[in-house]
Amino acid sequence: MKILIKGGRLIDPASGLDRIGDLAIANGRIVGLGDVGEFSAERVIEAGGLVVAPGLVDLAARLREPGHEHEGMLESELAAAAAGGVTSLVCPPDTDPVLDEPGLVEMLKFRARKLSRCRLFPLGALTTHLSGESLTEMAELTEAGCIGFSQADQPIRDTLVLARALLYAATYDYTVWLRPLDAYLSGGVAASGAVATRLGLSGEPVTAETVALHTIFELMRSTGARVHLCRISSAAGVALVRAAKQEGLKVTADVSINSLHLSDVDIGYFNPAMRLNPPLRQGRDRDALRAGLADGTLDALVSDHMPVAPDEKNVPFAEATPGATGLELLLSLALRWGQDSGLSMAQSLGVVTAAPVRVLGSALGSLGASAGRLVEGGVADVCVFDPAASWAVTPERLSSQGKHTPFAYEISGFELPAQVRYTVVAGHMAFEAAAAR
Amino acid sequence: MLSKRNPQLNKHGELVHLLSIEGLPQAIIHQILDTAGTFLSVNDREVKKVPLLRGKSVFNLFFENSTRTRTTFEIAAKRLSADVLNLDIARSSTAKGETLLDTVANLSAMHADMFVVRHSESGAPYLIAQHCAPHVHVVNAGDGRHAHPTQGLLDMYTIRHFKKDFRNLTVAIVGDIVHSRVARSDIHALNILGVPEIRAVGPKTLVPGDLKDMGVRVCHDMAEGVRDADVIIMLRLQNERMSGAMLPSAGEFFKNFGLTPEKLALAKPDAIVMHPGPINRGVEIASTVADGAQSVILPQVTFGIAVRMAVMSILAGNEA
Amino acid sequence: MSTLLLDAEAIYADLLRGVQKLWRPEAALVGIWSGGAWLAERLQRDLGLAGQAGVISSSLHRDDFGSKGMSAKADHTKLPFEVEGRHIVLIDDVLYTGRTTRAVINELFDFGRPASVTLAVLVDRGGRQLPIEPAFSAARVHLPAEQRLRLAKSEDGRFSFDVKEG
Repeated sequence: MKILIKGGRLIDPASGLDRIGDLAIANGRIVGLGDVGEFSAERVIEAGGLVVAPGLVDLAARLREPGHEHEGMLESELAAAAAGGVTSLVCPPDTDPVLDEPGLVEMLKFRARKLSRCRLFPLGALTTHLSGESLTEMAELTEAGCIGFSQADQPIRDTLVLARALLYAATYDYTVWLRPLDAYLSGGVAASGAVATRLGLSGEPVTAETVALHTIFELMRSTGARVHLCRISSAAGVALVRAAKQEGLKVTADVSINSLHLSDVDIGYFNPAMRLNPPLRQGRDRDALRAGLADGTLDALVSDHMPVAPDEKNVPFAEATPGATGLELLLSLALRWGQDSGLSMAQSLGVVTAAPVRVLGSALGSLGASAGRLVEGGVADVCVFDPAASWAVTPERLSSQGKHTPFAYEISGFELPAQVRYTVVAGHMAFEAAAAR
Repeated sequence: MLSKRNPQLNKHGELVHLLSIEGLPQAIIHQILDTAGTFLSVNDREVKKVPLLRGKSVFNLFFENSTRTRTTFEIAAKRLSADVLNLDIARSSTAKGETLLDTVANLSAMHADMFVVRHSESGAPYLIAQHCAPHVHVVNAGDGRHAHPTQGLLDMYTIRHFKKDFRNLTVAIVGDIVHSRVARSDIHALNILGVPEIRAVGPKTLVPGDLKDMGVRVCHDMAEGVRDADVIIMLRLQNERMSGAMLPSAGEFFKNFGLTPEKLALAKPDAIVMHPGPINRGVEIASTVADGAQSVILPQVTFGIAVRMAVMSILAGNEA
Repeated sequence: MSTLLLDAEAIYADLLRGVQKLWRPEAALVGIWSGGAWLAERLQRDLGLAGQAGVISSSLHRDDFGSKGMSAKADHTKLPFEVEGRHIVLIDDVLYTGRTTRAVINELFDFGRPASVTLAVLVDRGGRQLPIEPAFSAARVHLPAEQRLRLAKSEDGRFSFDVKEG
């Protein structure tokens, strides 16, 4: 379908493009950008007053499939991605069964392609069953479509296994995605500190993150591995990542929307919506994360999307399943962070478009040339949104089956900025907002 | 969902649930203590019953076993002429069974007026209070490590009974504070009532530094902790602390942090010794001290029934 | 009728005479908190009785607990004698619906079985809602339902009346 998006504010963080203009799409590609000449479109979108940006790239979203097929998770969550303007997402391997076999990966990719809502880039398991003992067939999994390898939230306890996994991955320069989490220091349901002490909740100390970071960096030095650090949550963690980058280690890092905006005080009266992994730390950790994302120490902002069913949340805090819905909030929260930090819209969008693509690097293959970017001749993955609108996060407004989020209107009383109007994936309309919102 | 307003108070600022001492106005604490005084005298009469809760059903929901606490709540409710139902729902980690909220919903359908809840997870009573019918009152009988408000209140009643004025006191709380809901409730109550010096005493693994944010002075030396104290509250030491690598042995704990006559002598001569019970003789407290003249451990139990009668009657009289 | 016509001290003198007339040996005075308790205290002295008058509170047996809740006042029952087999003279300042008297009698019976209970009040303002009658009332007045009548005591112990709207 030939689509012409007219008169919008074209913003491409990667190239610095920021102007009013048109965008023409044909055969799944951008065929005109800026001043578009003759173009007979089958669909014309009047984008006056709207921003036309690259489709968002979310480096962490759980779709809970395989495992929850009966709940139609893949359909609903990819629809949620499209509703959030996300055109590419990375999903971790902690599904049921774990993504440690090429067949499972192929099936998942096939099903996602059929739904045509969002590009899916699965992470393969680093060890079989994520048990931290034997390596998976990383080369086979890469061929099946994995863009990296991960242990999700289950750190490898045996340092020797971790060292060998990094060394083996380094053979092929695969990126290993690790959550810096010490297996023995972790397990607390809230971050150690005055709030956890007062509420009588078991605490996870900062050392759970920093001890793991030190270990990972040491092993990177000896193996030459490339590592992407998932969900940095503390000021001390940000400082260690900064030093590692300065040293020249092949490391990138991301932070979740939850850690970026909230702190442990938000737990309030044991609100299970605040039961998250990593746990919400103190205000000064949040401030360091915000500064780290702004100065590039932290590369990307992720939704850390985890749809949780109501009876997994309507239980006492420590028993609640950690996680929150996030795909539909990623854009709004990126913009909110940018506004609070005095950054330009391009900078705000950069952490959810160009930067995540840089993290993915060569794993994206030819797609890497234009994913997360608006490039003439490149793929037509586009997000058109209204920067002036705002919306209240209520269960009715969410397409995801996960309705629990700390940013729910009934908790915060605040609306979030920006509303997605159109999402285009590979040149066709994956999402279109209802007329009146 | 959970609002920012203290869920224990209705919009008139009256107590409709007792979930934690934190956030209670000083006036409400005094009301409870004064009312407890009335009930104490009731317990001395021929007829120990008053009809205040007649026709009301009090359901004891104990998800964590405790015969002692459950019995005192049962006695208190019966002395108020309430109908009491005991539900011991053993918490098995493997058998999930009915969810907490389903249990509560089923019981509400049986016309419960008040739930007395003990649960091993901090925050569970808040969840129940949030989801039960508006006219139902929830009393927290202990949730995880978070709070045991009726114990805190009876401890305050005990202190007021023997020491009269809170504003001149030095109170030392000794032992496994990080895991203790009693300690947290006591600390909140002592702060609200204006006690100027509250000390938390124990080894670093049991008394972490960030306790000071709750308004206490952290002491890792027993002698320093009890010196010139007016009140010493000893906490029970549980065996799990040894297996969790927080303490080497009960013996070493007793040597350094146990309340012996020698340590007690460092406190004021008329200092009182308290303990929420059950006591571990020779672990946190020497037998001679537990049975000695300064120990008020047994009066605490008597006060406990009166305090619980006070709490239940005040709650029952306030509308959501 | 204005309060000026209600001279509490003068009416108290009548109450004293009335209680003297119905007094039996070995009876005990019990005043209903708070006004009745003040009256009983003074009667105890003026009748030359040994010991203290009892004070009784209605708070634990009130029939309006469901709507009014636990009172925040410190009104405790204190009966410094055996109720069992005793002739009790109950004293109250103002008798109105009779509900307080009913509650107080229930409270009294929690302590034992008295031989008899006689009621003497300073002012009977009518408006009974229960079958309760005093053996003696020093004054009878009629007040509109919105007005509350209560005994007040000054620092030097002088009695007066308090009339409040609502």
